[in-house]
Amino acid sequence: MQLYLPIAEVSVNVFVLLGLGGLVGFLSGMFGVGGGFLITPLLMLIGVPPAVAVATGANQVVASSISGVLAQFKRRAVDMKMGAVLTVGGLLGSTIGGFVFDLMNRLGQIDVFVQLSYVLFLGLIGGMMLVESVRSLLRTSKAVVRRGHVHTLVHRMPFKMKFRASGLYISVIPPLIVGAAVGFLSAIMGVGGGFIMVPAMIYLLGMQTKVVVGTSLFQITFVTAYTTLVHAVTHHTVDMMLALLLILGGVIGAQFGARVGVRLKAEQLRILLSLLVLAVAVKIAFDLLLTPSELYSITRVVG
Amino acid sequence: MIRVLLALLLLALPVRAEEIVSGVSQSGVSITTNFDGTAIMVYGAAIRDRPAPDWPLLQVIITIEGPSAPLVVRKKERVAGIWLNRGAVQIASAPSFYAVATTGDIGEILSPAEDAKYHVTIPQTIEAVGSSADQGKYIAALQRIRAESGSYRLAQDSVLLLRQSLFRTDITLPANLVEGPYKVRIFLTRGGEVVDMQESQINVAKAGLERALYNLAMQSPLIYGVLSLLMAMVAGWGASELFKRLRA
Repeated sequence: MQLYLPIAEVSVNVFVLLGLGGLVGFLSGMFGVGGGFLITPLLMLIGVPPAVAVATGANQVVASSISGVLAQFKRRAVDMKMGAVLTVGGLLGSTIGGFVFDLMNRLGQIDVFVQLSYVLFLGLIGGMMLVESVRSLLRTSKAVVRRGHVHTLVHRMPFKMKFRASGLYISVIPPLIVGAAVGFLSAIMGVGGGFIMVPAMIYLLGMQTKVVVGTSLFQITFVTAYTTLVHAVTHHTVDMMLALLLILGGVIGAQFGARVGVRLKAEQLRILLSLLVLAVAVKIAFDLLLTPSELYSITRVVG
Repeated sequence: MIRVLLALLLLALPVRAEEIVSGVSQSGVSITTNFDGTAIMVYGAAIRDRPAPDWPLLQVIITIEGPSAPLVVRKKERVAGIWLNRGAVQIASAPSFYAVATTGDIGEILSPAEDAKYHVTIPQTIEAVGSSADQGKYIAALQRIRAESGSYRLAQDSVLLLRQSLFRTDITLPANLVEGPYKVRIFLTRGGEVVDMQESQINVAKAGLERALYNLAMQSPLIYGVLSLLMAMVAGWGASELFKRLRA
């Protein structure tokens, strides 16, 4: 059954979209990630214009993170204060990302820019995760002692603030920067950015792990919602029909993914996730490095 | 008296040896949610007030042309190992869709001069900005990409011509149509010269939900954006609640 997407202006098979949403939902349910980093490249692969893929990807992440953040609220696993600081940074970053997106679009380099961002960030994070989780798998017997209070650069900066739920008394500058970086990526890659924010919260900010996931989901929900609005208002590139199908497929897939996820060990999950992230990075890297079958491309002049 | 007047009136009209009487199977195309392309039938007849000449034979060319738009054609080049868009050529106007159906080899049934005058073949419909050395390559690439995607089509011998008078052809419009007026032109030629030409229009427009969503997204983007978010929240939260109930 073909479906004509009103904004993307392409006709796609409904079952391909539901399947795509379902597959990504399955993986995101299994690993507990938003899945934006899979949705956006996959949409481009089936012929959705990059600008629409990024904007609609952000809209899809809103749906997948909203139910997560509500569940975390019930468990009191959200540091509202930290979340608010991260969100303020995120909105700033997303706005800057929107400008850069426009600039690259005008220069005709948007595809390459989006692809390079994917290769760089997914490669970096995937590689780090893989090394880290393989190491921890090898030394599972040895207990890792983490010092409760380590003074780093983070503690010497001005504008200190108390984040009770996270167990921190640090400057607001590092969380603002982390939030802004993630917001920037959200605007140009159509992702939530959890895969970058979670490690940054643990290793850079030193937050208590029990509030990390909830707080990152809190920030992601607000920032992707804002990103969706910015894209909708300035570029008219959010395709509601496309988003709806992806979300429906995604929610169903996530239920099954979550069931498989609980049967696997945390280390195994992280190794699988890092391999998945790396696979996406390598696939996109090949697209950039191999000689394309068609050197020419056509862009409609907008405005 | 009336007969005389009518006869005078007919004489006063420019005398053409052959004229087209034609029709199109539909005057409009609605792009609805399940739109998957459509076939347009163009049919008609050449009527004449005197016996047709035996030679050269009558030939028919039918074109359908979608709305034109300015474009940029870009070419990728390897820069430090990565394929980047480097060269670019501005195209002032190129049709989003263009199909040519004929009764024979277009090069034989239409002279280059007539082609240039009426802009019949695909290269004649593309207008570049200025002129540069390798512009030709970019225009050729534009034609190649659009031909591969089915947007530009040349179907020779696809017009059925009966007894040198009745003709018909089917032209398929693909699913990825751009909205706007589509120009249908019918040419009668003899010996490469255009004998008569007729033009009509098919309107292609989004309809129903497609129309509503598109208009909302373009005219009230803020409301559309907020609706997209509400939809995402309701769908995301609602569906997970539903599953919780089902499991419980």
